[in-house]
Amino acid sequence: MLNYMLTRLLRAILTILLVMTFAFIVLRMSGDPAAILLGPDAPTDSVAAFRAKWGLDDPIWKQYFAYLKSIAGLDFGVSMRDGSSAIVLVLERVPATLALTVPTMIIQLGIGIPAGVYAALHRQTLADRGVIMLSIFGFTIPSFVLGLLFVLIFAVTLGWLPSGGQDSWRHAILPILTMSVGGIGILARFSRSAMIEVLGQPYIRTAMAKGLSWRDVVWKHALPNASVPIVTIVGFMVGSLIAGAVVVESIFSWPGIGRLLIVSVSNRDLAVVQCLLLVIASTMVIANLCVDFAYGLLDPRLRAKTAAH
Amino acid sequence: MSYVSIRDLKVSFDGVQVLHGVDLDVARGEAVGLVGESGCGKSVTWLAALGLLPGKASVSGSVIVEGHELINAPRPKVEAVRGGRIAMIFQDPSSSLNPVRTVGHQIGESLTLHRGLDRRAGRVETIRLLDMVGIPDAAKRADLYPHEFSGGQCQRVMIAMALAGEPDLLIADEPTTALDATIQAQILDLLAMLRREMDMGMVFISHDLGAVGVVCDRVNVMYAGKIVESGEIGPMFDAPRHPYTRGLFDAIPRLDGGRDRLIPINGTVPNPSALPSGCAFAPRCTKASDFCQAHAPELKPQPDARNLACFHPVAPVAPQGNATEDRIFA
Repeated sequence: MLNYMLTRLLRAILTILLVMTFAFIVLRMSGDPAAILLGPDAPTDSVAAFRAKWGLDDPIWKQYFAYLKSIAGLDFGVSMRDGSSAIVLVLERVPATLALTVPTMIIQLGIGIPAGVYAALHRQTLADRGVIMLSIFGFTIPSFVLGLLFVLIFAVTLGWLPSGGQDSWRHAILPILTMSVGGIGILARFSRSAMIEVLGQPYIRTAMAKGLSWRDVVWKHALPNASVPIVTIVGFMVGSLIAGAVVVESIFSWPGIGRLLIVSVSNRDLAVVQCLLLVIASTMVIANLCVDFAYGLLDPRLRAKTAAH
Repeated sequence: MSYVSIRDLKVSFDGVQVLHGVDLDVARGEAVGLVGESGCGKSVTWLAALGLLPGKASVSGSVIVEGHELINAPRPKVEAVRGGRIAMIFQDPSSSLNPVRTVGHQIGESLTLHRGLDRRAGRVETIRLLDMVGIPDAAKRADLYPHEFSGGQCQRVMIAMALAGEPDLLIADEPTTALDATIQAQILDLLAMLRREMDMGMVFISHDLGAVGVVCDRVNVMYAGKIVESGEIGPMFDAPRHPYTRGLFDAIPRLDGGRDRLIPINGTVPNPSALPSGCAFAPRCTKASDFCQAHAPELKPQPDARNLACFHPVAPVAPQGNATEDRIFA
């Protein structure tokens, strides 16, 4: 068991390291921060001074090892724009992003799973077809289209809600709605198929043959089994939520880490981008570890496999 | 009066009829066998009777349990019969148990439902039941999950779970098919022993005539969704009269016989969506006449107390062993 946990942890660290390395190389190959930050008209000697100050003239491997060394010492660097600490910049923005992603996740789970389960229990009915159609609509429409559509309807035409900013809870409604729709669609679709699969299993017939009411068959026998595949997809969704935040925060000018990422990438503010990617990669890795842990709780067969490792 | 009385039970899936009017009675405490090839409707008969078929199946006819009609009855009424009066065990024991609940939990659920036992009393009774069906170290193993049991042990757990509701009738749907030969024999012995001790009726669904002979008092032979012959085990086994029943016996290898070739029933079971007109067995039957191709025989009582659906049955008492003229199914 301990062995298994250690392997998992090592794998997690390796994943984060790979993401960091990839980001490091791509960022340095795709544009010169000095040129972008100082502007096209900057005198050549100030550009040279800037490059020297940030070590941009060193060979890339040397920069990379310097970066790894500072990360190991928990030094995440400073912003090239104003010299403030990158990690502080990022952590400042985290609560704003959580204010969108946590309610989004709750809405996605609260609507997506019940809708999918309902559809599975009422297969081939109007409700089932409605859920399928809406969920396809939900996960095929891109969030930037949906976001603009919502702004057009609720902010511009009806004037009910603000179109951007972060001044009150009302400003959060449209971004949360925009982010929720895709996940609801995916979860509904997935819960429906997981539930249909489970309802066809012999042990459901056994539970019915026992004399349990349909309600008990569904709650006590079908749902606990269907929850295993549903948890898998929820794990993936936590990762995609942050990707979704990047787009949605930009549309609604929401000052979260997604918007910070866009701004920092276009400015080639290397330390901040790397710090953001580190936070995002860690979130995904932690989400995956949680999924693995949940598997063990939900399915004793997987628990046995884990113990055998 | 019979405990369960099934009349003219018909089942179709997506418009394809698979059960063509089955009449069947089971008396209280009686053990009845239901034999036939795969897909002939043995299991479907009882799944339909207890309302356990998927929603796309359409069921008509009548199933009366102690005076109560089950077909088209409201759901709670059918649920009240399941488990408590009629329990059922299935062909594939390993996948018939919920993989994410301990076996103790699954048995306890029946005890709470049918006997109103609380957690503590339920636990004691669960262990007693597991012990009775032959699970060693029952107290410890009640907390294990189905994947930690072998196939044979899973079937024992299924039996314990069925017994938890103290049913009057146990439907055993091919309970030994998925198990290997020695375990099969153990499960059969267990079922026979429990039936004697608990004075419980049993319907034994199988394609294994030998197993039916061990467990049952009466046997019904099904072919293509109909019962073609039924009667007491003794006369049926001594002198099967329907050519299909006869064919089933001829296809069993004998331990004490010579090294003669087995006599197979030629052809295969007809596709339910394209049944031959007339007798469904006619295309495979050597005794079939033109009349058989055009008319379907009904199940009729015979002078020797059996029921038979055949225009040209095998001679009433055929001498054992050598009457090959009568049983060539070339």
